[in-house]
Amino acid sequence: MPLIENGRAVADPWVSLADDAPLTPDSHVIVSFARWQAEREALSVRNAPLGVRLPSNVSADAIAPDLERFALVAVEFPKFRDGRGFSTARALRERYGYTGEIRAVGHVIADQYPLLVRCGVSTVEVPEGANVETWARTLNTMTVAYQAGLSAEEPLSLLRRRVTAA
Amino acid sequence: MTYMQPRHNAGIYRYDEVDRQFVRERVEQFRFQVERRLKGELSEDEFKPLRLMNGLYLQLHAYMLRIAIPYGTLTAHQMRGLSNIARRYDKGYGHFSTRQNLQLHWIKLEDTPDILGELAEFDMHAIQTSGNCVRNVTTDQFAGATPDEVVDPRVYAEVLRQWTAIHPEFSFLPRKFKIGITGTTNDRAAVRIHDIGLVAKKNAEGRIGFEVYVGGGLGRTPFIAPKTRDWVDEEDLIAYIEAVLRVYNQAGRRDNAFKARIKILVHETKLDKFIELVEDEFARVRGPKFRLEPEIVASIRSHFAPPPFEELPAVSESYARRRCEDPAFGAWTRTSVHPHKAPGYASVTISLKPTGGVPGDISSAQMNVVADLAERYSFGEIRSTHEQNLVLAHVKQDDLFALWQALSAVGLATANVGLIGDIIACPGLDYCSLANARSIPIAQALSERFADSARQSEIGDFKIKISGCINACGHHHVGAVGILGVDKKGEEFYQITLGGNAELDASLGDILGPALKADEAVDAVERIVELYLERRQPGERFLATLARIGQAPFKETAYAAD
Repeated sequence: MPLIENGRAVADPWVSLADDAPLTPDSHVIVSFARWQAEREALSVRNAPLGVRLPSNVSADAIAPDLERFALVAVEFPKFRDGRGFSTARALRERYGYTGEIRAVGHVIADQYPLLVRCGVSTVEVPEGANVETWARTLNTMTVAYQAGLSAEEPLSLLRRRVTAA
Repeated sequence: MTYMQPRHNAGIYRYDEVDRQFVRERVEQFRFQVERRLKGELSEDEFKPLRLMNGLYLQLHAYMLRIAIPYGTLTAHQMRGLSNIARRYDKGYGHFSTRQNLQLHWIKLEDTPDILGELAEFDMHAIQTSGNCVRNVTTDQFAGATPDEVVDPRVYAEVLRQWTAIHPEFSFLPRKFKIGITGTTNDRAAVRIHDIGLVAKKNAEGRIGFEVYVGGGLGRTPFIAPKTRDWVDEEDLIAYIEAVLRVYNQAGRRDNAFKARIKILVHETKLDKFIELVEDEFARVRGPKFRLEPEIVASIRSHFAPPPFEELPAVSESYARRRCEDPAFGAWTRTSVHPHKAPGYASVTISLKPTGGVPGDISSAQMNVVADLAERYSFGEIRSTHEQNLVLAHVKQDDLFALWQALSAVGLATANVGLIGDIIACPGLDYCSLANARSIPIAQALSERFADSARQSEIGDFKIKISGCINACGHHHVGAVGILGVDKKGEEFYQITLGGNAELDASLGDILGPALKADEAVDAVERIVELYLERRQPGERFLATLARIGQAPFKETAYAAD
């Protein structure tokens, strides 16, 4: 799946590991939250970067104590209308101070991209053949926001701020 | 720039270039979405929530565009703009909804970006008037004018309007989310039937804070919102709302649209536990990031500064004389005129419920007349009400007679505000794809049945509310008499409820018995009203009579065979 960061297609160093696939010792792997719970010891002794994939019904709180072990947290969107992931991403950044990569995976549409970024998401997995230009364009459509977010922003008067996405 | 500053200090939040840029960017964003939809790059499933969040709703015959009227306040200039759009893109009329917005029912998808572009030219939009996001914040139509006001709720309605506009975290909630706010204990905004109801108040030291109710709503599972906090400090308002929304966004049900409103979460979680979840979140988010700075409140409050009232005697002699001399004018003043805090002024409700008319409908020509009259008599400001009427909030008593004459000339002086003819009704099966039955013909038939104004004033305060389906857009649960349209094997039937009330002591009506056919339902309502007149004690309102004598006699008369 193509990966988008800052409105551009980028190479993806990560591999998503199926729950029954053997662990590779030295590559970037993303495991499911279930596998992390079942195999946390084996996963903890690896030296390569580890990522975890959170289903939409698992909140940030569930991995909060282990966050320093993860270089990446993938937040699943089972369908784009399911907005729980926005809160999960935001809680990871705001409540737990997570600074690693937050990746939106599953069903996300381009029009949600700027909102995801403002909730602290760094990268998005988009469908094969997605028009990257559309994603780049949606990122920059709204430059004024009325509430605190997590992307770069410059305060304007009242509640308003200038958002500089990418 | 076609923009004109509202004249005479109309009490409205005045946009600056930053606000205008936001709306213009939103229009261009939507134009791009429509282009992609028309090219097939966006599926209808993906486009749907995007168009809904821009107010565009697919109905039975056409698209409906729901234009936001933030907390029901607009200027004469904006009303003229709406009139023009209704004439050019619709059939020359619009419909005011129970959430203080304006709906145009005959819109083409491909026109919508241009319509939104035109709205932006006079600082209006349709952002978040539909969809699973925070909707237009509604409030008291007499805000800033009524003598019973403790705190002006418009200031906080505007704060919340801004904070919730394209909120990055809360644009894909489990379901729609409505906030209502009042600044008096005489709640005219029906706050306890909202997802969040706020009562702004002052403590002993004069500080402003909010009593908060969460989890009200009508629909198929109606709830009156329970109180979750007696006091939220002004500076914590945003933090507390964020906390409620975050708990809801994460824990609200997404498996069944009918169980997805926050009222179900509150109910299923149990109130104590729900409050605990919100308090935990509130404790975490409280702090500088979400603090509502007093300077910001002061700055927004300055937009709602009182207009320059003249110093006048408390009672206008000419007004008092005219009321006695002209019985028709007198009857209108008894229903349409509300007291004002400034001596010699009054707030006027313009009934959009002419006999036999469609509740809330107004023609483009009438909109222009209302705009002219607002400029001449009420500082250029107009309000819409959740009861689907309009208000001129600041009229000199000396001007009431002339205003009444001008309204009469265009059919806008029906003397039935607050009476039985002031019926709330949703658009129903005449327009809406969700409806099971038509609402408008029932409203029209009842309006005709009780057309006699002497009879209406004898009946007194009496609220009839009609919904064409269980989604309850016509608020039937909280009508003294509620009427719900149901479908029985392809035929329209109407179920009657008695004893609802939307004020702070809110109550839900009880179902009277089996649903009736349209003409039977109208007859039944008439007999219920007649029994009330027969059995009431002097000055007793319908709910009190009902409580005293019980539902049985009403049921008996409603179902009595002719």
